[in-house]
Amino acid sequence: MKCGVVVFPGSNCDHDCFHILKYVFKLDTEWIWHKGDVDLSRFDLILLPGGYSYGDYLRAGAIAQFSSVMKEIIRFANSGRMVLGICNGFQVLVESGLLPGALKQNHTQKFICKTVAIRAENVSTPFSSECVEKSVLDIPIAHHQGSYFIGSVGLQKLVDNQQVVFRYCGPEGEVTDQYNPNGSVDNIAGIVNEKKNVMGLMPHPERCADPAWPNLDGQIIFKSMIESLQRGVLL
Amino acid sequence: MIAKIHITFKNGVLDPQGKAVHHALKDLGYNEVSEIQMGKYIELKLDGVSQENAENRVTEMCEKLFANTVIESYRFTLETSE
Repeated sequence: MKCGVVVFPGSNCDHDCFHILKYVFKLDTEWIWHKGDVDLSRFDLILLPGGYSYGDYLRAGAIAQFSSVMKEIIRFANSGRMVLGICNGFQVLVESGLLPGALKQNHTQKFICKTVAIRAENVSTPFSSECVEKSVLDIPIAHHQGSYFIGSVGLQKLVDNQQVVFRYCGPEGEVTDQYNPNGSVDNIAGIVNEKKNVMGLMPHPERCADPAWPNLDGQIIFKSMIESLQRGVLL
Repeated sequence: MIAKIHITFKNGVLDPQGKAVHHALKDLGYNEVSEIQMGKYIELKLDGVSQENAENRVTEMCEKLFANTVIESYRFTLETSE
């Protein structure tokens, strides 16, 4: 199983992601530089990390969507292989059209950096298969443009297709406005595409997946991906 | 030719920045302001293109890059530069 972590100019969670894949889960992991001749055929899983690709100029993810690595990642994803975008990675995925909707500035107008509770809504995806349905995970968020937006028709489609994987919630799993940190539509924290091989989420599972840290809730997302790849459940 | 592009949120998409600025205006006593739209302004200088061609090209640029049409709308004017 080979994993790749993409590095854009301005990525800053790339080392955390690399560390978790390579040194915590002992997976064969490589860096993928954003430009040049990018051949992704050897990879099984590609991770788009958090950060500020291209300085978040214009909009978060707007410039990264046209980088040479993204052209190949779109092809990689369309061939049914697994892509996970975390935070800025999620922003890049919506900008590039691999996931529906958009990410706007938080409704609070503030950068939010704290641990929040999210509820596993669909545990049949390769990114959440190890979660118990409706279980609550505590995962940190750190973003300014993390308010997920989608129109009502698009939202209905997401819900009908069970593409909503995680929602912001309270400690007991209450999905209410009170526990919506950034004003996301329907408390959405993470979604998958229709084929369920691409996921984007704003919370950072890589920040709570190293046993040196007491909170290990992020591990379950990595374990789900690894398990799914090992079982070859992907398309 | 100069293209002057304005990008704002679509109707129905909450503009938190505009809302905050609106509150500030109210605090300053400008109660006649009923709505505020914040956005982006981009100016482009285009060389060697006809008016019609420029219109198509700038529309394309807005659709592809300048605006995220899920949440934003755009409008622009073209002016001949001296």
